[in-house]
Amino acid sequence: MKKIILAIGLYCSFLQGVKAQEVDSLAYKKRALKFEEINLVAGYYDQDGHNSAITGGIGTEKLTDLASSFEIRLSKLDRKNRTHSFTADMNIDQYTSASSDNIDPLTVSSASRKDTHIYPSLSWSVKDDQTRTTHGLSYSYSTEYDYKSHGFSANYAALTKDKNTEFTFKAGAFYDTYMAILPAELRPLNYPSGAHGDMRGIEYKPRNSFNASFGLSQVINQRLQVMAIIEPSYQEGLLSTPFHRVYFTNGNETLEKLPGTRFKLPIGLRLSYFMGDQTVIRAFYRAYVDDWGMTAHTANLEVPFKVTPFFSISPFYRFNAQTAVKYFKPYAQHLTSESFYTSDYDLSAFTSQFVGAGLRLATPGGILGIANWNALEIRYGYYSRSNGMVGHSLTMHIKIK
Amino acid sequence: MKKVLFFLITLVALSSCVRVKEFQKSRINDSEMELSARKSEKFEQSFYLYREGASGANGGKSGGGCGCN
Repeated sequence: MKKIILAIGLYCSFLQGVKAQEVDSLAYKKRALKFEEINLVAGYYDQDGHNSAITGGIGTEKLTDLASSFEIRLSKLDRKNRTHSFTADMNIDQYTSASSDNIDPLTVSSASRKDTHIYPSLSWSVKDDQTRTTHGLSYSYSTEYDYKSHGFSANYAALTKDKNTEFTFKAGAFYDTYMAILPAELRPLNYPSGAHGDMRGIEYKPRNSFNASFGLSQVINQRLQVMAIIEPSYQEGLLSTPFHRVYFTNGNETLEKLPGTRFKLPIGLRLSYFMGDQTVIRAFYRAYVDDWGMTAHTANLEVPFKVTPFFSISPFYRFNAQTAVKYFKPYAQHLTSESFYTSDYDLSAFTSQFVGAGLRLATPGGILGIANWNALEIRYGYYSRSNGMVGHSLTMHIKIK
Repeated sequence: MKKVLFFLITLVALSSCVRVKEFQKSRINDSEMELSARKSEKFEQSFYLYREGASGANGGKSGGGCGCN
C-alpha cells in the first residue's frame, strides 16, 4: 500500500513539475526580448557662404557633411505587463570645413579642416498600459576632435483615459568640454596649436546645458490633433567659440567674447490635419526669445499627398526670421570699449528659407519584395539665408520592422 | 506671439473638440499625422541648430555637441 501511495505521490509531483515547466516556458516566451525596428538614416549636406566667423565675419563658409545614423529598438514585457523599450542609436558625421582650415592659415591643412563627429545614445523607457504612463532615461555621448559631451535625460508621459490628451515632460543635462584651439596669430607664446602631437598644455573649457520640455497634445476630432511645447534651457561656461576672430574698428584683432550664461525660451505649436482622404497638413510654428537679445519666429508647413495608400509625396516649406544678438556686429565694426563681441553670422539678423520635397514608400508586403523593409523615405531641400548662404540637404531613411 | 496664441485657441475652439474613440482614430493614427519630426528630418534639425540662433521645442537636439564650424 505504501508503495502505491509513494508511486501516486511521485507521479503527481512529476505532473506538477511538467505543468510548472510549461507555465515557466509560457511566461518566459511572453517576456522574451523582441525586435521592434531598425532605422537607417543617411544624409548629405553642403553649404557655402562668405561670412565665416573664423575669419571675423568674412571669408568662405564652404562645408560638406556626410552623416549616417543607425538606430535599433527592442522591447520586452515584464511581469506586470509593462513594455520596456531599449533603443541604441549610433550617429556619425564626417565633415570638411574650409573655414576651419583658416584657424591656422599658415599651414597647408590644419587639424580642423576635416573631422568626424560621433554621437551614440542609449535609452530605456517603460510603458504601462494600465496607468497609461511612460517613463524613461537616456544617455548620450558626443565626440569631435576638440569637443566632448555627456548628456543625461529623463522623461515622463501620461495619457488620459480616453487617450485623447497626453502630457509629456523631459529634463536633460549636457556636460561638455571644449578644447581651446586658438587662431594661429592669437596664441600666447608657447601655447600649443591643438594639432596631433602639439596639445600639451592646451586649455579645456566647460560648457554645460540644462533643459526641460513640457508638452501637451490633444486630439481635437477624428481629423485634427495639436500639440504645444515649451522648452526652456540654460547654458553656462564657454559659450563663445575659441577660434572665432573679431576685428575692431581700429584694425586690431581679438577672440570672440560672449557672456558665460544664456537662457533660451522657445515655445512650439504643432498641428496635423487629415484633409479629405489623401492629403495631410503638418504645420509647425515656434516663437523664440533669449537673454542675449535674440527673438525668432519659425514656421514650417508640409503637405503629404497620398498618391496611393502606400506612396506619398510631401512638399514642404520652412521660414525662419531672427534678430541679431546684441553682441553681434559685422567685420571690423566692433569698438574696443565693448564688453562682448562676435561676428558670427549665425547670431546675426536674417531670414532663412528651406524648401523641398520628400517621397515616402511603405508597401504592405515590404519594399522590393523584402518583407521586413517597412518604409523608404527620400527628402531633398534647398536652404537659403538672406545674407547669401545657401545649402543643399539630401536624406534617405530606411525602416526595417 | 499673442496673435499666434489667439489663433491657436480660436482654432481649437472652432474645431468642435469631441471625444474621439479608439476605433475612430484611423486617420489620427496615420503615420503622416504624427506630432513629431520625421526620422528623415534628423540631420536637417542639426543644421538648423548650427546655422540659426534659435533652437528647441521642435523635437530636435537642444544641447550637447558642438557643430560650430
